[in-house]
Amino acid sequence: MFELSHASLDHGKQRVLHDISVNIAAGEKVALIGPSGAGKSSLLSLLWEQSPADIALCPQDSALVDILSVYQNIYMGALSRHGNIYNLLNLIRPWADRRREVSMIAEALGIGEKLKTSPDKLSGGQRQRVALGRALYRKQPVFFGDEPVSSLDPAQGDELLSLVLGEHDTAVVAIHSPELALKHFTRLIALQHGRIVGDWPADTVTLDQVSSIYSGGPSVQAVDNAR
Amino acid sequence: MRAELASEVSTASRLARLSGGFIVVAIISLFIADIHFYRPDPWQELGRIGLGLITPYWPDIPELALALGHTVAFALLAVAGSAVLGLFLAMWFHWRIVRVFAASIRSVHEVFWGLLFMQVWGLSATTGLLAILIPFTGIFTKVFADILHQQSPQTVQTFGNAPRISRYVYGLIPKAWPELISYVRYRFECALRSSAILGFIGLPTLGFHLETAFKQGQYSEAAAVLWVFLLLIGSVRLWLRPKLIPLFIAAAIWVLPEMPPVNASFFWQFITEDLWPKALQRGDLIATGQWYGNVFMSDVWPALWQTLAVTQAALVLSGLLALMYYPFASRWLVGGFRPMGRFKLLVLRSVPELMLAYVFMLIFGPSALPAILALGIHNGGLIAFLLANNSEDAARVQRPDSPTGAMRFFYQDLPQRYPAFLALLFYRWEVIMRESAMMGVLGIATLGFYVDSAFEEIRFDKAFFLIVMAAVLNIIIDSLSRRLRRRSGLRTPLM
Repeated sequence: MFELSHASLDHGKQRVLHDISVNIAAGEKVALIGPSGAGKSSLLSLLWEQSPADIALCPQDSALVDILSVYQNIYMGALSRHGNIYNLLNLIRPWADRRREVSMIAEALGIGEKLKTSPDKLSGGQRQRVALGRALYRKQPVFFGDEPVSSLDPAQGDELLSLVLGEHDTAVVAIHSPELALKHFTRLIALQHGRIVGDWPADTVTLDQVSSIYSGGPSVQAVDNAR
Repeated sequence: MRAELASEVSTASRLARLSGGFIVVAIISLFIADIHFYRPDPWQELGRIGLGLITPYWPDIPELALALGHTVAFALLAVAGSAVLGLFLAMWFHWRIVRVFAASIRSVHEVFWGLLFMQVWGLSATTGLLAILIPFTGIFTKVFADILHQQSPQTVQTFGNAPRISRYVYGLIPKAWPELISYVRYRFECALRSSAILGFIGLPTLGFHLETAFKQGQYSEAAAVLWVFLLLIGSVRLWLRPKLIPLFIAAAIWVLPEMPPVNASFFWQFITEDLWPKALQRGDLIATGQWYGNVFMSDVWPALWQTLAVTQAALVLSGLLALMYYPFASRWLVGGFRPMGRFKLLVLRSVPELMLAYVFMLIFGPSALPAILALGIHNGGLIAFLLANNSEDAARVQRPDSPTGAMRFFYQDLPQRYPAFLALLFYRWEVIMRESAMMGVLGIATLGFYVDSAFEEIRFDKAFFLIVMAAVLNIIIDSLSRRLRRRSGLRTPLM
């Protein structure tokens, strides 16, 4: 479904991804793990470019439009399903059917009573729920998330991640927590300094091994020397 | 090899060399420009003007109020219309045709548009509205496209392949809303100035009464108009409330002068026949070539040189004045003296350059000098205002052990502001050129003088050719300025 072979990515003069070869099949739930700055977001956007129209994307800064309501922010997931006129009219007055659908999603995410407020009045955790709402409302088979539950407490993050992964066949998610990575995903890809340093089925690694990837771990030195 | 040499030179000396080049050109321009002193004793006239300024008086208040109403109505309706059109066009700015269209309509000054439409619709609301609406649409298109382009792409990436208008309306436009609004607000002030200036070519705005009063030497009455205009500009923030805008628009439509019925066949004849030389309409291409060649040599060539000379001299004067003015309006540099500096800059940037030029013309007589002074003072004031804001913003991150007094200015603030200063100045370059050309309507030998004379002789073909040439020069300067800014690594400011 997604395939990269010996790919690299530069931001200006700096190379942020080196020699990436990876294959992701439909039905896989992949967690991207590694310390911040390892290249998780870059790899995610490189994969996203392969099929932008079919992916429900939940980027890191949550991409919310602060001056519009929570309803409109979730509705944005449906923009590609409707024409301009329909979308413009919805901006003036929400369609009743769409409002029902959006409010069901919002209920499931625990922000059912916030539909009329705007995201700038919400907490970080609530904003992430709105962003997830938009991704869910895209109704795509593939979900891409960049630390989509990082502002939620562990129990809530756990619950929402199950919800979102349950609604999508395939998922690639950059994740900040070793526990969540092991519990919810079928495959773990570890990144350090812009290179893939590990790629395992989730049931073959232990929590300690995953945690060491996040803290930089013993392999950091080796990777540095290899450059 | 050359790259290595260049890297050994400090940024400051590179920018200083660039500035030096412009100063040399400006000095040469002063010899090319048609500069004369017609009045041996300007002080007497200046005294009378000064006396008028402190004794403003207007006999007929309703008349002045109506002119004020017209000034605001033209500006408000034109900005409302052009902002909407500009926003719409900005969505298609990736199309070359939209970019070229926007660049060409904004390269012609409001006064030239006004002179052109006057031939069809006379001194009517249609002429006044279109004269502002058309160039402003071009400006809004470009600046809105720049603002929208700077928004993070992440929001739109979450939409999948939504249709273009939906992507803009849901994602980019609401994200950029505060910036868009503050730009429209700034442009409204510019539109008030343009609207007032259109009075100089006869439209019923404040400029009309100002010119009439000046012509008759009634300086108290001229001052009354000027003060009313300054109060108008200074108080925009107080009365232009977002919630009241629909009310103001309704009032503006009500207050507009008469709109003549659109005579389609007359308009059609104007754009298909009147604007083109007779030879071209006969299909005689050789005679057409000769006609354009003759007009180019007799009118366009001397007008272009004069316009360029005024532009270059005014550009450098603007820069010098901006650097002299701005420290006095920055709290970090002058502390408690700031309010005086601020007030001065408010006055300088609010008075339309044409009004300033008119006053200088009364003092020095008609030559390039009043135009250069007026453009320098007005644009210097505007750039200084932006630099002073920049300096105050930067003050928050300056070290507590920064030098004090004049050394703070010369060693720290001036070098820090200099790249922004040059970027702003280059950004104003094409604006100054457009205004230099326009100043000709006062009788200064730039393009506007030739345009105005051609209209007076009812030679629309010649006037139109001159306007197109002014537009071409403007587009060349615009692209030159962009290239220079990019090569010197100066970030483009939005204004």
